[in-house]
Amino acid sequence: MLKALEGSQAIARAVALCRPDVVAAYPITPQTHIVENLSRLVADGEMHTEFVSVESEFSAASVVLGAAAAGSRAYTATASQGVLLMAEVLFNIAGMRIPLVMTVANRAVSAPLSIWNDHSDSMAVRDSGWIQLHAADNQEAVDTTIQAFRIAQETELPVMVCMDGFILTHTLEPIELPAQSAVDGWLPPYQFSRKLDPGDPKSLGTLVAPDFFAEVRHSHHAAMIKALDVIEEIDREWHAFTGRRCGGLLEVTGDPDAKIGILAMGSTFGTIETGMEHAGPDTGSARLLKLRAYRPFPAEALRKAAEGLDHLIVIDRAISPGMGGIVGTEVAAVLADVPGAPRIHNHALGLGGRDIPETIYADLMATISDPDAPAFSVFDADPEKLDPEDR
Amino acid sequence: MSAESERAERLTELRQKFGRKPLAPGEETIPHSPREAQPKFRGLDSGHRACQGCGEALAARLVMESAGPDVMIANATGCLEVFTTPWPQSAWRVPWVHSLFENAAAVASGMEAAMKAQGKNTKVLAFGGDGGTYDIGFQALSGMLERYHNVLYVCYDNEAYMNTGIQRSSSTPHSATTTTSPAGKERMGKRHLKKDLLSIIAAHHIPYAASASVAFPADLQRKVRYAMGIDGPTFLVIHSPCPLGWKHASALTIQVARRAVECGLFPLVEIERGALTNVMPIRDVRPVTDYLSIQGRFSHLMDTEDTRAEEERAHLQALADYNIQVFSLQGDGEDPVDTGGSAAVGRSGHAARRA
Ligand SMILES: Cc1ncc(C[n+]2csc(CCOP(=O)(O)OP(=O)(O)O)c2C)c(N)n1
Ligand code: SF4
Ligand SMILES: [Mg+2]
Repeated sequence: MLKALEGSQAIARAVALCRPDVVAAYPITPQTHIVENLSRLVADGEMHTEFVSVESEFSAASVVLGAAAAGSRAYTATASQGVLLMAEVLFNIAGMRIPLVMTVANRAVSAPLSIWNDHSDSMAVRDSGWIQLHAADNQEAVDTTIQAFRIAQETELPVMVCMDGFILTHTLEPIELPAQSAVDGWLPPYQFSRKLDPGDPKSLGTLVAPDFFAEVRHSHHAAMIKALDVIEEIDREWHAFTGRRCGGLLEVTGDPDAKIGILAMGSTFGTIETGMEHAGPDTGSARLLKLRAYRPFPAEALRKAAEGLDHLIVIDRAISPGMGGIVGTEVAAVLADVPGAPRIHNHALGLGGRDIPETIYADLMATISDPDAPAFSVFDADPEKLDPEDR
Repeated sequence: MSAESERAERLTELRQKFGRKPLAPGEETIPHSPREAQPKFRGLDSGHRACQGCGEALAARLVMESAGPDVMIANATGCLEVFTTPWPQSAWRVPWVHSLFENAAAVASGMEAAMKAQGKNTKVLAFGGDGGTYDIGFQALSGMLERYHNVLYVCYDNEAYMNTGIQRSSSTPHSATTTTSPAGKERMGKRHLKKDLLSIIAAHHIPYAASASVAFPADLQRKVRYAMGIDGPTFLVIHSPCPLGWKHASALTIQVARRAVECGLFPLVEIERGALTNVMPIRDVRPVTDYLSIQGRFSHLMDTEDTRAEEERAHLQALADYNIQVFSLQGDGEDPVDTGGSAAVGRSGHAARRA
């Protein structure tokens, strides 16, 4: 049954359906409604979980680490400064290969202070070794959250479900929530092979000298690569089970014969799709690539999706100052050795919550025929607002 | 009553209070919990790589003996973590996890929440050095105490960051030298007081907070057993000399620790719900110089020609005198009694239950 739910409320309910034993989270805009909704579900007896109301995000991440290591399913959520405060623990969780699920309500990172959406926060921990999945709408966020608990368990890797702050977290949409019995049947009870157990004592997180460290990193990387299949397979199973899918690793829509492609992650994808629908006939159509799995990076799927394209516009919602786009740089790297690969046009848009209008589609398409268009730009920066020397 | 019989009476009284009592004829010997059923248990085994005479290694061994096998540990980064677990070896015989330097209390909170969710009674312990407790892990510890997790937090206080090569912490005593508080022409070692952590912990009004010393193992183990029996947050800070950092002979660890207590600089006290409930009395109070003079970290205070050294000694003596006064440490003629006796350590078994 479809229900009108705010994104955060839907996420809280999806989490509750997965029956985590322990939840620890600290409020930060735009994630706050998730923690509040979870607290409410616990208070109303609709969710039976140890809710640990921590004093910081650093402790939130540490609490769920301890809980998952001790054999309990655990969940946390944060955004922006919270992700950065957690950063040390996030690397630690991934390095210890602890299966956890975290929602990131993507938000810009200070300074300057901004509570609005972009992807700087999850990008900052891109190399932590977490799986990072991006949701394009709230239904996908719900479905991906439930899938994430299974992915984490099957891969022994932590999973970050990224959803755009405000754009998704604070938007009311009709959402299909699966029944509790359905989720119970689909998601097996939590298991962790190296759990702390007095009956079979193990030491976790030991000191590793140079003679073993490289092997640990090697196997972590290998596990991430193997997770590509798991992510696809679980989305396929979910599709068979619910009739809905989230796009596996990378989904291709739009005009299959187009010579121009546009790649985006998260809610921007929907804006581009609608922009194309509403664009005038002169603008032309494009092949649309929705990148759902950002880590592990689906290199093979991308190569396939880019076949036959002359140009590929890659949208970034974050910037690596001094380098440029982050997704754009990686896409270029993946396609570098492909004969006849498309030319990459990389643009950062919507930083710090700058609205991305539907008309962005036509504006982006127009750059292809502009010989002066730069290979990378902060696309929607207004030169009029800048000092002449900064333009 | 003669002094002798008075003393014997006091010892009996203390043993009855804290020691293992003989079984009455026909009394049940069936253990009451899996923890009690365990044979003599070493949670921290030999073969680890601590320096000779390491107070922290000794303290951890004593804590583990009393805590028993039905525990799990969250250990902060520091010497204890490093010397016990060089992969693929581990000296721990209980489930043990090390995450980071500043989050042992939070990791332990999560483990405890998991035990609650699973309906298990396994006690969670958190271990940290003074750096991981007084300094960088302080916030997580305060949060853990405030949220009332059923965790025993043990701080192994060796009064500096030893794992990184002897840097000052907020637990380093005034005027002690470390590599970041060296003594020189302009400075007499650390310029700040040792943080009164126990008072801050006590201000959380937790059921039990205490200080202990490796020089008094039976007292230490009684405190561990007592804390283990409490369902709620408890805290123990253990004075643990570090021969490397304090610059004393490895064989002197116990003597150094004993003198710290006997001069009043490290008072052994117990605080329950914010109120002082017990202290280890000192019979013959020693001058602080007896403690300072056997450690290289205070050698700059021993220069009899230097008036600054004299001032520093007087300052430390005043701090010790203050402790003796506020905690009424001056005993009435009895030695600090080795309560329970080391032979009575019941692996948190009978002695603990009856204490
Ligand atoms: C965030 C962070 N900062 C610094 C360090 C480096 N570091 C590791 S252990 C340690 C000092 C440990 O001191 P203490 O807690 O007193 O334990 P000890 O080694 O003295 O037993 C430091 C500074 C670290 N691991 N993490
Ligand atoms: S440096 Fe000190 S605390 Fe560390 S192992 Fe050696 S004696 Fe123990
Ligand atoms: Mg220390």
